[in-house]
Amino acid sequence: MRTKEFYHSLKVDKDLCYGCTHCLQSCPTKAIRIVKGKAIIMENRCIDCGECMRACPVHAIYVEQDDFSQIFEYKNRIAIVPAVFIGQFSLKKSYEEIISAIKETGFTDVYLAEDSVEIINDIMLNDYNTGREKPLISTFCPAIVRLIQIKFPALVENIIPVKSPADATAQYFINQTGKKDIEHKETGIFYVTPCPAKIADLKVQSSNKKTLITGVINMNTLYNKVYHILEVKNKSKNTKPQAMQTALSAKILQWSLTGGEAENMKGRCLAIDEVHNVIKFLEKVEDGEISNVKFLELRACDHGCAGGVLMTENRFITVERIKHRASKLPKSVNKNINTKEYQNLYKNITNINIEARPVDSLDDDMEQAFLKMKKIRHLMCYLPGIDCGACGVPDCQTLAKDVVAKKAHLSNCVFIQRGMEKNYKLSPEHSIKIIEKIWGEKRLEKNCNKKGAENETI
Amino acid sequence: MNFNYKIKGGDFSAAGRASSEIKKILKKLNVNPKVIKRIVVALYEAEVNVVAHADKGSINAEIDSEKIRITVVDEGPGIADIDLAMTEGFSTASSKVREMGFGAGMGLPNMKKNADILNIKSKVGQGTMVELITFFKS
Repeated sequence: MRTKEFYHSLKVDKDLCYGCTHCLQSCPTKAIRIVKGKAIIMENRCIDCGECMRACPVHAIYVEQDDFSQIFEYKNRIAIVPAVFIGQFSLKKSYEEIISAIKETGFTDVYLAEDSVEIINDIMLNDYNTGREKPLISTFCPAIVRLIQIKFPALVENIIPVKSPADATAQYFINQTGKKDIEHKETGIFYVTPCPAKIADLKVQSSNKKTLITGVINMNTLYNKVYHILEVKNKSKNTKPQAMQTALSAKILQWSLTGGEAENMKGRCLAIDEVHNVIKFLEKVEDGEISNVKFLELRACDHGCAGGVLMTENRFITVERIKHRASKLPKSVNKNINTKEYQNLYKNITNINIEARPVDSLDDDMEQAFLKMKKIRHLMCYLPGIDCGACGVPDCQTLAKDVVAKKAHLSNCVFIQRGMEKNYKLSPEHSIKIIEKIWGEKRLEKNCNKKGAENETI
Repeated sequence: MNFNYKIKGGDFSAAGRASSEIKKILKKLNVNPKVIKRIVVALYEAEVNVVAHADKGSINAEIDSEKIRITVVDEGPGIADIDLAMTEGFSTASSKVREMGFGAGMGLPNMKKNADILNIKSKVGQGTMVELITFFKS
């Protein structure tokens, strides 16, 4: 039984979506279909990795976020900002200048999300030392956790149960100040992120009352505000920057980049980034071809969070800037935290439950699944195998699967249509109706407003 | 349902392709992941054996709703003493094959450990036929 559905932060703007196959083909979990000329994201298959958003030529896929102005409903407004945000700005800007500019947007306190990585690292190493089956897999990237839940259910038990750095940092902050202000809505904690999966993850946690974070802000929203303050508003002013609230270390700064975790784990560790690379590697792990690897750091984005979907700056430049800054910092910094506080924090951030939600099985009943597979293989004898996506489904195999699941018709395939027309089983009018059902009305008419056409208006 | 795969001798980079495909099929059939793992391990060993020792071979997997029956047939040197080959650590793999990380003498024992039924028929100088049967529900 699937107890709760995933929450998704990726949405399709039906006005902007003009129905093409870019997102359809780029989705690593085949979660997209086209119906009536618009992309539909299937809730049970989407992992919020944002590949569709990157692929969309007209920016019709967007990330839902909380309204920025809601922060002002709180007296204490805490921003939890990822270290990659620092990498969005030139090395000439000091930490203090950037943090002060974030405060100027309206926040009273600013913490780096990775402020808590030391304790997270401890939890990961302790799990390593329990001697349980390896490789252990990091929970850092929520898109990857979701990927494993749906596509690699047998590997769910390899995941180290620990909350995200942002959640842990929020917990740390609350432990310092007490819960009262949060409960009385005096304090609001807002997480700024370049990641649709992190937003989705937090929404799920908050619907289950498992996070202390009040809201999420897209990183590019904050970037625009901070950039304006740094480069326009304060350019001529001589404001004195305020001090940082996070004691920085190279580990904190680099944790979210590729290799950030692997470098701080024991034994043979591998860091793999980009969702398709991760899928290929997890197949190998499942096939038993990978031996002696103790820890896997897996990230859905190329270059880790520096390649985040909502990132503004080029990922290579971001990485170079962060590495440069990190080279001038101590390797790690220990927090001033007593044993009781530490134990309390430890308990809180390991309180997480990750379940498998497989989506690839054709039926819960093996006998039925077997019959369905037989039908799919039979249909594949007729489908052309060119994976054009003109049926509104990513590829022929998936169309066959959808047909067997009664979610699509075989005649949605343009090649099957030609065959049916030849045998007088389908009238040309009917085949046009089928196309319009998938790709929208008037789709076969001349339209000079589309991208690349004479009167392009995009 | 029948699934067929070809194996080329010496092509270590392709070893594991059939077991990976079979794994994907079994996942779709909602077979218990632990059972899938056993099937995949046994088949992978069989694949590597063909790649390491034979000129070529083929795999046939016959799946029904209760079990999988995999037959791996090769044109290779054959096994002179099957009982000896079943001993852990016994290997006739060349040093070249060992250098690549294969040939530890665990192939057949591992197959026996992971498949419900293992049958081997072999003729020296002609080839080997390995049959692996695993039931989805124990």
